[in-house]
This record gives sequence, structure tokens and C-alpha cells, in this order.
Amino acid sequence: MSFFTLSMLQTALEQGCILSLVTLALYISFTTLNLCDLATDGTFTLGCAVSAQMALTFLGHPFLALLAAMAIGCLSGFINATLQTKLKVESILAGIIVNTGLYTINLWVMGLGTSGGFSSNVNMNKAITIFDLAKDVLQPMLGSWYKLAVLAVFALGAALLIKLFMGTRLGLSIRATGDNADMVRASSINPGFTITAGLCLANALTGLAGALQSQYQKSCDINIGTGMVTIALASLIIGQTLVGRRGGVGRRIAGVLLGSCLYRIIIAVALRLNMNANCLKLVSAIIVAIAIASPTVRSAIALQRQKAAARAAKKGEETHA
Amino acid sequence: MLKIDHISKTFNPGTVNEKKAVQDLSLTLDSGDFATIVGSNGAGKSTLFAAIAGSFIPDSGSIILEGEDITFTPEYKRSKSIGRLFQDPLRGTAPNMTIEENLALAYLRASTHQRAFFSRVTRKEKDKFRQQLALLDMGLEDRMSQPVGLLSGGQRQALTLLMATMVTPKILLLDEHTAALDPGTAQKVLDLTRKIVAEHHITCLMVTHNMHQALEMGNRTLMMDRGKIVLDLKGPERDGLTVDDLLQKFAQGAGREMNNDRILLSK
Repeated sequence: MSFFTLSMLQTALEQGCILSLVTLALYISFTTLNLCDLATDGTFTLGCAVSAQMALTFLGHPFLALLAAMAIGCLSGFINATLQTKLKVESILAGIIVNTGLYTINLWVMGLGTSGGFSSNVNMNKAITIFDLAKDVLQPMLGSWYKLAVLAVFALGAALLIKLFMGTRLGLSIRATGDNADMVRASSINPGFTITAGLCLANALTGLAGALQSQYQKSCDINIGTGMVTIALASLIIGQTLVGRRGGVGRRIAGVLLGSCLYRIIIAVALRLNMNANCLKLVSAIIVAIAIASPTVRSAIALQRQKAAARAAKKGEETHA
Repeated sequence: MLKIDHISKTFNPGTVNEKKAVQDLSLTLDSGDFATIVGSNGAGKSTLFAAIAGSFIPDSGSIILEGEDITFTPEYKRSKSIGRLFQDPLRGTAPNMTIEENLALAYLRASTHQRAFFSRVTRKEKDKFRQQLALLDMGLEDRMSQPVGLLSGGQRQALTLLMATMVTPKILLLDEHTAALDPGTAQKVLDLTRKIVAEHHITCLMVTHNMHQALEMGNRTLMMDRGKIVLDLKGPERDGLTVDDLLQKFAQGAGREMNNDRILLSK
């Protein structure tokens, strides 16, 4: 058996596609708007839970489940944005508040239809998912790759739409809001509105990612989104390292897709090296810390080298004299 | 055109820091007027601009722009028809967005409806941007896909000027927009200002600390002191006036000597 099989790559890419939607959401909130959306974890779980319940019970259509998860994600983003823009709650704090509140809401959504009213997981074995629908059409052509095909359509479609959106009046306004607040205030742009629109869009993407995740693994539990913000941040930074900081929107979004897939591949390799699955979150945390700190560390090392060289040169002069 | 009617603004009223920034100030600008404003430190020049732009609402009085009462219109709404340049050349552009994206935003914000969220610029409009950039004569037309953060202060200020005027504003407010630039660049941006304002017949207010500029540029010179306009020169009265004449007239109008070092040094 080879070290890294094709099926492992396939699984990593599938998960990378789902992750890329969350990373895209962080590209909007973190990179573009310069805000910390700490409600990402909760919104992801919310998307999972809503999608699971919709696919299982209400109406029972998996596509409707995706739309519902996006709408609910959007609502969560709206509440987060309202706290920040209307009630002047600090962005990090607003995210934490929403995230905490979502924990209970997620338990409640997953518990709908059960006797207790609250539940920490949902089993979707009986539900029809979009992958079941796609299987009939795509499997004869693509074999086991049909899941990846479906997910790639979502990931690439979302990436393309966001790329186009960033060139529109609203997209440009959102970018300017995070880039130069002074300019925005003197332009005919209402920063409260652009922040709200940006967070709604980002959380709709996170909700969609959660919805796809639950249909992909046919289950949902309360911890499914834990650490998602760190993982997405890691992907964002890996992508940024790959395509460069100064690139245009197209390049940066390509970096989002690449970074997300690469992150999943790195993790797959780490697991292959017999890493305990419980260590995953620690590994992601370390990757993020290293990636963010590396430019600072690099310039500090360069400075020390320069100092040492200058000292050596001075010593040389003294011995000559 | 612009009619400012008896506006007053007091900051920190009722405290020891009370500051009557603008007192019972009235000013009428005709369409196409280009007025320069000089005045000592704290004369209320910037406060006047902030009131016109809507950064705050005056305590009393009204502001009417092209027949529309904008006294209580929020800043972001009225700025659609007001072009504004600040002393700091970094304030008017978004550094991580490209030249083309900055222009697109400026163009769309002024040319499309507030709710036209998904409007985009067409290829034809991009060509127009390129032509307008070429008129700045700074080589920016070949750098349209570069981030604005890579440009020099003068280039950014020239770009901001273009952005503020590409859709002709009802009024253009220039708040010492060349004061932070080196003399050569400042002259270039001033020449551009003169050219663009004349071409589009833009009604314009320009604060300057340079007395020569105050007399050379535009068709009208206002002097402010302690929140009031103490001198309003135009037509034959203004023609042929020297800087010394102006300082003397200021002393008569304000009842004291000019105390702005930067103005006196630029003599």
C-alpha cells in the first residue's frame, strides 16, 4: 500500500472544497472588512443542524435544506452586524456573544422533533442528500469522484460569484470600508450598511458550508464547528503565502481555494503519519501561529544578523588599527 | 447654488473648553464660483467645511445646496454630490485596492442610484478612466491594476482629485489639499485643480495658507477669523491685490493682525 493513496487525496479535496466556503467567508470578513467574525464556529454548526433537520423532516428536500442553511446563516450574520454597527459592540465581543447564543440554538434545532426538545446530534441515515441525488446521474460517468464533482461545483461557483461581486458597487464599497474608513465616511457609503451586507454574505457562505458538511457525512453534532474559525484562518494564510499578499481579488480567491485544499492534504498526511486524531486542533492552532508570526520572526532574525555583521566589521577595524 | 444661512456651531458648550467654532456665518456661492479661504488658526475654516459636508449638524441656521435643504441630511447621503479633498493625501483613496478599482468605486458611487448594488463598470468606462488618468500626466494610465498604496502622496492626491470630479460634483471642497506635498508636486496638483475646475465649471471652495494661491486661484477670496467671514473680495476689488494689501485688509476686517505663522511664512 502506497503512503498516500488516490482515495486519500480524493477525501482531502472533498473536505477542502467544503472548507473553502468557510475560508471564503473569512476572506470577506477578516481580510476584506478587517473584522474578526468569531461566530463562524456557531454558524457552521447552525448550517449543519438546519440542513440536517430540513433534509430529514420539513419538506425533506436537500436543496431547500442548503438554501435554508444559507438564509439562517445570513440571519446570524445580520444579528452579529447589528450588534457591531447599531449597538457599537466591539467586533470580537459581538462574535463571542452570537457564538455563545448559537450553542443553545443549535442544540434546540437538532432537538426539534425529539421528546426532550434539545439534542446534541442528529443522525441523517434516513435523509436523502444532494449527494444521493447526484449519485444516480454522475456515478456512471465519474465513479467514486462524483462527490468531489458536486462539491467542486459549489466551491468554484461560490468563488466565481464572490470574484464578480467584489467588482460591483456594493462589493467595492465593502472592500473600501475595510481598507480606508476615512475615505468611506467622506464618500457616499454608509459603513454600517456595508459591514452588515458583508457579514450577512460571509455567514451565508459559512451556513452553506455547514449544510454541505452534514449532508456529506450524513450526521451532525454540536461540536462539528468547533475550531472552524482557526482552520479557515490557517487555510486563508496558507493561501495568502501561496499567491502573495499584494495580489488582486482573483488571485486572492484562488489562494482561498488552494489554501483550503492544501490544508486538508497536510492534515491527511499528518494522520497518515499516525498522528492521533485528537491532536488535529492543536496542529491547526500551531500552523496558524507559525504562519502569522513568520514574517515578524524572519525580519527579527534578519536584524540580528545585520547587527552581528556590523559588530564583526567594527571588531575587524579595531584589530587593524 | 450654495447658500449658507446664519449657521453657528459651538463645541463643548457650557464647559471651560467651550469653543464657538462658527458664529452666525452666512455665505452664498454662485454657480461656477471658485472661492479661496484664508484665515488664522482656529478661524473656523475646517468647521465650515465639515458643516457643508455634514460631519456634524450646525446648532442653528441652514445649508441649501442647489435649492435642496441639506442641513439635516446624513453625511453619506449628501457626499454623493460633494467632492472633498483633505490635507492628508492618504485619506481619499483605498490603498489595497487598485487604481482602477478606486476609480470604479468613485464613479459608481456618484453615477448610479444608492440602491444599484450590483452595478459594475463597463469596458468602455474603463477606457474612459484610462483617458482621464492620462490627463494627469503622471503615467498612472499604465499602472491601473496596481494597488494605490504603491503611489506617492502627490500621485494619490491627484488621483483623489480625479475621483472627486469624474462625475461633476455640485460643490468641491478642498481643505489645504496641497499643503502636505513637496513644492513641485503641490504646483502640479494645483495646476490640475485649476484645469479640472475650469473645464467642468465646478463650484469650488478651497482653504489655503498660501496668500499667493489665495489671490491667484479662483475668482473670489474669503478671509475668516473667529468663526466669521471678515472679508469677501471679488471682481475689480480683488484684481491686482498684493499679499501685503490682503494682510492689511485682514487687519481692518478682523480688527487685529494675522496670527497664522504658516501664512506669514508663505508670504
